[in-house]
Amino acid sequence: MTIEPRFRGLLVLGVVVLLLPFALPNSFYYDVAIRIAINATIAIGMNLLIGYTGQISLGHAGFLGLGAYGSGILTARFGWPSMLALPVTAIGTGLLAYLVARPILRLKRHYLAIATLGFGIIINIVIGNEAAYTGGPDGMAVASLSLFGVEVTGERVWYGLAAGVLVFVAWMMVNLVNAPMGRALQAIHGSEIAARVAGIDVAGLKVRVVVFSAVLASVMGGLGAHYSGFISPASSDFMHSIELVTMVVVGGMASVYGSIVGAAILTVLPQVLGRFEGWETMVFGLILTLSLMFMPRGIVPTLRLRLVRSEA
Amino acid sequence: MTSLLDIQHLSISFGGVKAVQDVSFGIDKGHIHAVIGPNGAGKTTLLNLITGIYVPTQGEIWLDGEKVAGKAPEALALRGLSRTFQNLRVCMNMSAIENVMIGAHLQLDSGLFAGLIPSKEARTRDRKCRYEAAALMRLVGLESHIRCHASQMSYGALKRLEIARALAARPQVLLLDEPAAGLNRTETAEIDEVIRQVAELGVTIVLVEHNMKLVMNISDRVLVLDHGRKLAEGTAKEVQSNGEVICAYLGQQHEDDPTS
Amino acid sequence: MFVELLQFLLSGVTIGSIYALVALGFSIVFNASGVINFAQGEFVMLGGVAAVTLVEAGVSLPFAVMLAVAIAGVVGLLVEKLAIEPAKDADEVTLIIITIGASLTIRGMVQVLFGKGAHVLPSFGGDKPLRVLGATILPQSLWVLGTTLSVVLMLAGFFGKTLLGKAMLATSFNKLAAQLVGINANFVLFLAFGLSAVLGALGGVIIAPITYTSYDVGLMLGLKGFIAGTLGGLGSGYGATVGGLLLGVLEALTAGYVSSAYKDALPFVLVLFILFFFPRGLFGASLTERV
Repeated sequence: MTIEPRFRGLLVLGVVVLLLPFALPNSFYYDVAIRIAINATIAIGMNLLIGYTGQISLGHAGFLGLGAYGSGILTARFGWPSMLALPVTAIGTGLLAYLVARPILRLKRHYLAIATLGFGIIINIVIGNEAAYTGGPDGMAVASLSLFGVEVTGERVWYGLAAGVLVFVAWMMVNLVNAPMGRALQAIHGSEIAARVAGIDVAGLKVRVVVFSAVLASVMGGLGAHYSGFISPASSDFMHSIELVTMVVVGGMASVYGSIVGAAILTVLPQVLGRFEGWETMVFGLILTLSLMFMPRGIVPTLRLRLVRSEA
Repeated sequence: MTSLLDIQHLSISFGGVKAVQDVSFGIDKGHIHAVIGPNGAGKTTLLNLITGIYVPTQGEIWLDGEKVAGKAPEALALRGLSRTFQNLRVCMNMSAIENVMIGAHLQLDSGLFAGLIPSKEARTRDRKCRYEAAALMRLVGLESHIRCHASQMSYGALKRLEIARALAARPQVLLLDEPAAGLNRTETAEIDEVIRQVAELGVTIVLVEHNMKLVMNISDRVLVLDHGRKLAEGTAKEVQSNGEVICAYLGQQHEDDPTS
Repeated sequence: MFVELLQFLLSGVTIGSIYALVALGFSIVFNASGVINFAQGEFVMLGGVAAVTLVEAGVSLPFAVMLAVAIAGVVGLLVEKLAIEPAKDADEVTLIIITIGASLTIRGMVQVLFGKGAHVLPSFGGDKPLRVLGATILPQSLWVLGTTLSVVLMLAGFFGKTLLGKAMLATSFNKLAAQLVGINANFVLFLAFGLSAVLGALGGVIIAPITYTSYDVGLMLGLKGFIAGTLGGLGSGYGATVGGLLLGVLEALTAGYVSSAYKDALPFVLVLFILFFFPRGLFGASLTERV
């Protein structure tokens, strides 16, 4: 396992990201690309928790919603500059994640699933109810992003920002996964007791991974909010949490590039399904069920395995 | 007492079951101490107590002069304790060599942020760790498995892999919980050879085993447990001829199993 | 004051009975396989929607009810055969997503076939409210309570006295041991899905006259039933039942005395609270992991 293969993938990603704008004919495609980049970054963070560390989170959209509304409210209602609102919201989300993580992570399997699910739904309900701050079920408008006093507008600029963040996070993640820490996380997934006996602080590490993925979701949620100019409680609901988990699972667990592929598919799919008036839910459900039945490890790991087998 | 590991009046009860009662013994550095006894005698429970998986209801454990009873397994790993498991706890989602590298985790620079943006030294250290892991795999006879994934390996091979992982930690004390459990004749002989090799390295070993031949040939001292209590302790020869020990294993004298 | 409390209790126990039926369904499947079937709520929805459709097509009420429950049962069996069995060895997270995919497929199909509208099923025993100690109760509520009680008793008899029921229980305690004595664990799982679908659909049918039914009621009902089961401990039938009733009552009390807007948050706050202190539910046994 030399360094080469690891950076090969990042190189491909970088090239794709750089060349893609030349293939995008109009604003609509840029919009999709930006959304893919944002979702992919969130998915990569979630994959660290779900794929590598082997935990379940069915409420991650809650962190995303907190990030979106936190930054949105601070800028719109309190007049904060977005450069301050985003990080402060991220820190707040991280703190909340830290507080709930330790007790929740003591739970296993479906109890963990229901606890994370509950967490996400509670946040969703609070956002929907506190209309005075959040605008309630109808949502609220969000100011545009301004970095260092300069307003960030225009699809190309946003694309550069979103894609840049994606490549940066992917690079960090690839490093982490190949470091002792990456092995430690996978060991937690493989056998917690073996990890503990080897000296790994399992409980502490699980918490840190949750906080990391929560902060990432929060930051990307905030960026997404400033990009769209509008947010609604739907961004933090159960279905959105499921979509995020699906990106990870369908793309490939324990695979950084898998998360990017999964995010791309799940972001593009609703656009494609829009043609099937009224059939979207059913087709989505079918695609979900069937793809996981035939490729339980996800797309990228399955393809990788087939490639290895054919070379052998 | 110059014992490296000193157990004093250790006891634990689960509900009404007294799994370990008032067990005391000491292990000197570089020695091999076997723990034997019929099934259900409390051998694994004793090991779990020493390695921090259970908290004793009574008694104390001294490791290198420090009180460690009740400390978590992670803390004990820091103090040089390493173990294998009776029913195999291997990370089947990782490759063989990665499993061994996990054992060396504490020796590598880690931390979430250090991993995100690595340094050259960290990468060199990681490469060195990989070479050492490969060497350990050769030591336990897994040379042909160095490029394998854990999910492809046989039960016997995985048992040896666990020993390699435990050794990767460069432990002060190595605790082996029935390393030969579930292995056939050939595999048992292979693993006995591995344990011999490890002993030759001078590692202090606590060995829970049923294979009497190995125990008698290799141990410096033997501790016999029965129903959670210490039945006898001494050299292999002393224990072998102890009447109570024979009784505990074989029942009444005239019901001897002639093949044992 | 008392009358108000009684009113809340009655409505709480009514909806709680449905949660109990859903929770029992979860419990049965979980016991047979360790799988959390997120499609459970959709069986409830199927029961109600199918019954409504049949009645609107001219089928008599009792017949429509039985047919609807049977249809849901068949769907449950299909889900097990087509989605669960092929994926037996998959990761836990993957299995959860597969059942969610199944639930979306069912919901989507109903949306296509029956549209998004809300429908009401005619009550079983008339619409004239009865007065009990000053509080009003719909005759349908009595049907709900009565049916649920009968079902719980029948299940207790089934699992306790019949060979098939005992075989299912044995599988839940130790699958390998059950297989070794000749029990076909796959068949047990197959039946478990069918049974849980029937239970869910029954709940959907008996509550449909009181609350409206439409293609999307399954999600929340399923989640709340799951929580009710977790509260009582998924390993125990009594736990599931008590959990369901308890949840229903607490929900009604919250809606009545605290805030209607936050009544939907209660189950989730409750489950978080309970799980922090009782990681195995109120009635679930605590397990120590053998190392």
